[in-house]
Amino acid sequence: MVDGAIASPLLRWIPLLPLAAAAIHGVMLGLLRRTLTRGGVIALSCGAVIASFVLSCVVLGQLVVLPEGQRLLIDSLYTWVGAGRFSAEASFQLDPLSAVMILVVTGVGSLIHVYSIGYMDDDHRDDKGFQRFFCYLNLFTFSMLVLVLGDNLLLLFLGWEGVGLCSYLLIGFWYADRWNAYCGMKAFIVNRIGDFAFLVGIFLVFWTLAGAGHPTLAFRDIQAAFPAIGEKTVTLPDWLGFLPGAPSWRLATLIGLCLFVGACGKSAQLPLYVWLPDAMAGPTPVSALIHAATMVTAGVYMVCRLSFLYAAAPGASAVIAWTGALTALFAATIAITQTDIKKVLAYSTVSQLGYMFLGAGCGGYTAAMFHLGTHAFFKALLFLGSGAVILAMHHEQDTSQMGGLWRKLRFTHWLFLVGVLAISGFPFFSGFFSKDEILVTAYAAKQIPGHRALYAIGLGTAAITAFYMFRLHFRTFYGMPRASREVMAHAHDPDNTVMVPLWALAFLSIVGGIVGLPQVYGDMLGVKDSNSLANFLGPVLGHAAHEVPHARELGLAGFAVGAFALGLAVAWLLYLRNPELPVRLGQALSGAYRLLWNKYYVDELYDAAIVRPLVALSDLVLYRGVDAGLIDGVGVNGPARAVVGFASRGLKYVQTGLAQSYLFLMLLGAIAVVGWMVR
Amino acid sequence: MIPLEQVIALSAALFVIGLVGAVVRRNLIVILMSIELMLNAVNLALVGFSRAHAQQSGQIFVFMVIAVAAAEVAVGLGILISLFRNRDSMNVEDVSLLKW
Repeated sequence: MVDGAIASPLLRWIPLLPLAAAAIHGVMLGLLRRTLTRGGVIALSCGAVIASFVLSCVVLGQLVVLPEGQRLLIDSLYTWVGAGRFSAEASFQLDPLSAVMILVVTGVGSLIHVYSIGYMDDDHRDDKGFQRFFCYLNLFTFSMLVLVLGDNLLLLFLGWEGVGLCSYLLIGFWYADRWNAYCGMKAFIVNRIGDFAFLVGIFLVFWTLAGAGHPTLAFRDIQAAFPAIGEKTVTLPDWLGFLPGAPSWRLATLIGLCLFVGACGKSAQLPLYVWLPDAMAGPTPVSALIHAATMVTAGVYMVCRLSFLYAAAPGASAVIAWTGALTALFAATIAITQTDIKKVLAYSTVSQLGYMFLGAGCGGYTAAMFHLGTHAFFKALLFLGSGAVILAMHHEQDTSQMGGLWRKLRFTHWLFLVGVLAISGFPFFSGFFSKDEILVTAYAAKQIPGHRALYAIGLGTAAITAFYMFRLHFRTFYGMPRASREVMAHAHDPDNTVMVPLWALAFLSIVGGIVGLPQVYGDMLGVKDSNSLANFLGPVLGHAAHEVPHARELGLAGFAVGAFALGLAVAWLLYLRNPELPVRLGQALSGAYRLLWNKYYVDELYDAAIVRPLVALSDLVLYRGVDAGLIDGVGVNGPARAVVGFASRGLKYVQTGLAQSYLFLMLLGAIAVVGWMVR
Repeated sequence: MIPLEQVIALSAALFVIGLVGAVVRRNLIVILMSIELMLNAVNLALVGFSRAHAQQSGQIFVFMVIAVAAAEVAVGLGILISLFRNRDSMNVEDVSLLKW
């Protein structure tokens, strides 16, 4: 327990309520082999998550009444790991950063739970499916809440792995289709690669702190001990001599990079982003909750949580910023040519996560958190909107089979448009403010090599984002209907459980930017300290170190609006004005088009360079050679064959069935023993 | 007093007689009797040593052996009777089914 921190026993119930719901579902399905009624499932699961959301609001209220700088609530449950002087508590902490995260997780989570009621209703593939789905969804909510509330790295890692597991379970939710199961495994295995580096990072933190006499993994202790050890260096081995700064690296840089590789896996950054587009095999609410709004932002949260470490490791921060910017651009260009509605959104998620890392790497941790929040709203809205379209089209996801849907899905169309405007940075929608914050941060980040190039990449990506999002919108809702007449006749807006979350998210997508209104607009409106999110997070994440003059900031915002307008104009020109032009353009630039259509052949490259050699190695050497040949063949079957051969061909004839021959052999044996003893 | 050597010699002679009888004879009753002979040869040796060392534990052993031998004879004869009823034979070579 830390001095000055206030105990709040309410905190534990925020993660435990969803866990309890998941446990009840799990026991019923797994042990009792029974299913709840549909109403029971809804009451239990949605009730638990909504109760969590209410509790989150309550503890937020407890938090904000505390004076700034002392906003910390603690709920220690028990000592989870105690070994010698090291101990890791099962302890939750709520500071402003965690508060923002739990509000996003439980708030957006509640809406998506409600949405799932309607979305999963038409799933008749499996009579237990409805309850199983909500079981996993609750388990995910629990894991995510542990991740953001845990007060030490170990608890964060528990949540980190828990959400990975739930992601796997939900991507492969319709596992009867082998492709879905394959996508689930792909996500899980790619994440393992990142998690390996993440674990190494945790070990390095522990090793460093233990060496300095603080064997602990609690964030507050790491932060307190950090200045003393931040300057320590490690010597890299010779074969890493090509790295900048080798052979002597600061430990903070090494730790930061290791942890960031983990974040690359979880948050789908280059080069580990490949699992996220395939994760769209899961049901659409899962894509919205896990693979857009919450889980994939865990890496951003981790970087912000350890912002004191990254602030002291400029090398690691530069890597983060550049990885983020390149990922943003890379994924956005792929999204240009994709036709699957969910694939476009998936690449756009990868791209937006890149923005968040760009912001965090440039030191704009509050900007990254701001974009995390607004992205959760508008990306959840877009995914849920696409889910409404998919429902209306009877699980058709290809936009080349859509078009003209605005007549049939009037509300969905408007709500989707709100999401498109928000993500593209239409002025005064939420995404406009948060993306601008990141771009301004990158523009002013003098400590990052090439920060102007980062800004340019970010701005260019903004234009591409506007282009592909409007392309998606136009192809889905406008133009001539390409679906069959029969499908079009039955297409309609889904019912209320699906539509209400959309309305709520659309509202948040429009006004969500208010919480982080940059001061430059605040001054215009005469609002003091308008960026309440930054002020709220400031004590944890530090205030932005660099100030850009207001006139310059407005100019940058002008550029961003220009990028938006450019993207919109090109999309309008290509997909509304001259619908035959994209085809001709694709033929004229067939090389570039094929490159983008095939996603830069990254999957094929990984397949040829890593997956196939690994499978061949496993199959030919490890399985056939070592396992079947050496262990089973020589080690297990070998002695067995030798014994069988010897015993069955020779030794068995000793057993004659005549008691007297046994007696005689015993006599010989006794004589031999006695003879040996008296020799 | 009879010297220990003579007691042991008699015991050894009785034991070998019993052993040879148990190995070479085919009649099960004779084999059983030969086993009893071996047991009593051992008893004799135990008593002889007990006297020579002036310790009582050897004689206690003998009582144990006699008790166990009595039980063993009861069980053995029971098996033999059962066998004779089933097989009409007392020949050990007729009960060699339990083999490879």
